Amino acid sequence: MKMYAKLLVSIAPVVLIVGCTTTPKVAEKSAPVEERAAPVASAPSAATLAPAGSSGVEVLAAPDKGGFKGDPLNDPASLLSKRVVFFEFDSSEIKDDARPVIEAHAAYLAERPKVSITLEGHADERGSREYNLALGERRAKAVQQLMQLKGASSKQLDVVSFGEEHPIALGHDESDWAQNRRVELVYPK
Amino acid sequence: MSFVFSRFAPLLLVFCLCAMALATPVRAALTIEITGGAEGAQPIAIVPFGWDGPAAPPADLAGIVSADLYRSGEFAPMPEKNMVSRPHEGSQINFADWRAVGVPNLVIGKLRASGSGYVAQFQLFDVFKGEQLAGYSIASSEQDLRRTAHQISDIIYEKLTGQPGAFATRIAYVTEVRGANAKSRYSLWVADADGYNPVAILNSAQPLMSPAWSPDGTRLAYVSFERRRPEVYVQEIATRHRELVASHPGINSAPAWSPDGTRLALVLSKDGNPDVYILSMRNKSLFRVTDSPAIDTEPGWSPDGNSLVFTSDRGGRPQLYRVSAGGGKPQRLTFEGDYNAHGVFSPDGRSLVMVTGESNRFRIAVQDLSTGAQRIVTDTRLDESPSFAPNGAIIVYATEVNNRGVLAMVSVDGRVRQRVTQTEGNAREPAWGPRTNRIKP
Repeated sequence: MKMYAKLLVSIAPVVLIVGCTTTPKVAEKSAPVEERAAPVASAPSAATLAPAGSSGVEVLAAPDKGGFKGDPLNDPASLLSKRVVFFEFDSSEIKDDARPVIEAHAAYLAERPKVSITLEGHADERGSREYNLALGERRAKAVQQLMQLKGASSKQLDVVSFGEEHPIALGHDESDWAQNRRVELVYPK
Repeated sequence: MSFVFSRFAPLLLVFCLCAMALATPVRAALTIEITGGAEGAQPIAIVPFGWDGPAAPPADLAGIVSADLYRSGEFAPMPEKNMVSRPHEGSQINFADWRAVGVPNLVIGKLRASGSGYVAQFQLFDVFKGEQLAGYSIASSEQDLRRTAHQISDIIYEKLTGQPGAFATRIAYVTEVRGANAKSRYSLWVADADGYNPVAILNSAQPLMSPAWSPDGTRLAYVSFERRRPEVYVQEIATRHRELVASHPGINSAPAWSPDGTRLALVLSKDGNPDVYILSMRNKSLFRVTDSPAIDTEPGWSPDGNSLVFTSDRGGRPQLYRVSAGGGKPQRLTFEGDYNAHGVFSPDGRSLVMVTGESNRFRIAVQDLSTGAQRIVTDTRLDESPSFAPNGAIIVYATEVNNRGVLAMVSVDGRVRQRVTQTEGNAREPAWGPRTNRIKP
């Protein structure tokens, strides 16, 4: 039980980000967000889940020093684990700290021409909804542009804006708004 | 009875509240309360209507009229208990009694069953002159009785203020109800302007935006994300029939009907970035109105249909511009502040309402188009989506109060304020429908 709790804590941030980013693909399907979050959350862990026994023994694993094996997308230490970049108010300028993340994803895609992702643009709630829809698209396109510059092809980069309609943080202050002004890089399930 | 004219009973039979036929259970009801500006309102006495049926009357017409006139901020209806008498006929009125309590205007009326429906009759008097100012007899089905009361309010309002009322109108809006699992349900509603009879005409698991009324009040255009991207639909309110009218790559949004109802201005980013286009509803041809590398969005038609106001950040920050509906060089309209968006022409075309932003406060402002002077009319901080009542006297908009999205109303001079509360979820994106059934007093 305790073990599950630990595991949950370690994957919680991933679930949080992915959980908020993904929404059902088609309305009719109406897949709950939690479901889509699950595969990503369970895939990475260097930690191995031992059967929950009653012996009181806690079996844990440390990340392999030799480096992460498998798809680098699933390496929690990789920049590729970051799937959200943030923006200033009414701006689509890519910030310095977001650049390496975007470039890492671009390099990943450049090596895998068959993989394509969706760039979801979002805005905070301030101002008009329609302007924010346009702003979200411009942010996603700014990310798209940089990724193309770094080797990803336009065919791999689908752009969609949700404007202010899908906030991550539901409050009404700068700390919430800062989380909502974002572009999410969404890989297929 | 010589006072009463009966001129339009057949007309009334034509518009039944067809939306009711959709049979969505009545919930998310709106409550509208006045939160400021009732000072200096003019006293008026609206006597409970006579009713000679065996049971209770099917509707409290005088109560509905009183509530309408009170909410306008222009009138202070006299409490029933203070009334010196309760006449139902002109001959029963003792004007001296009403003069003594300082009420300048008096409304009396009667409701009676007639065939399968009812006939409401009312008279408005100038107490000091002892004269009738208006008198009507209106046929109504049972389900239209509220609407009949709103029409009576419209006639009284116009007779006494000189400007048309907007009580017998409807408002569309969007609600978001967040479930326990953080999943939201979005609904598009149509309700009477006093918040009664809300009917959901669309429910979706994905966001809905920007409802826009056709000028004849029969259709709504809106943006739906149901296919995981913004696309524009047009839906007939009474029949549920709907059509996907814009689904180009990129953004399809911000629909606005031309005043003649034949065209839809909208925003498409299919050619690289958001620009304003006009879609012919007749042959579906597209005409591109703006062409700039900046964001151009939120088109709004001038009442004469010759030009459009739109939001653009071509100057660095969002500001309002005006462009001919035939295209050409836009002219900038707003210069105050860093953020002016969502411009909507007043029905008389002389002013614009907009969202204006300054340092984290986003409020509703009205700008006089001849002088360019801008006046802020709200005092909240996250205001958006302003929409004029068809008489131009009141603006409905969306704001945030106590962590909740709510609708609110403000008179165009900023004096009278009303808060609208819904029973659940967040309300947003109000759009005031046209007046389709005006009775000219």
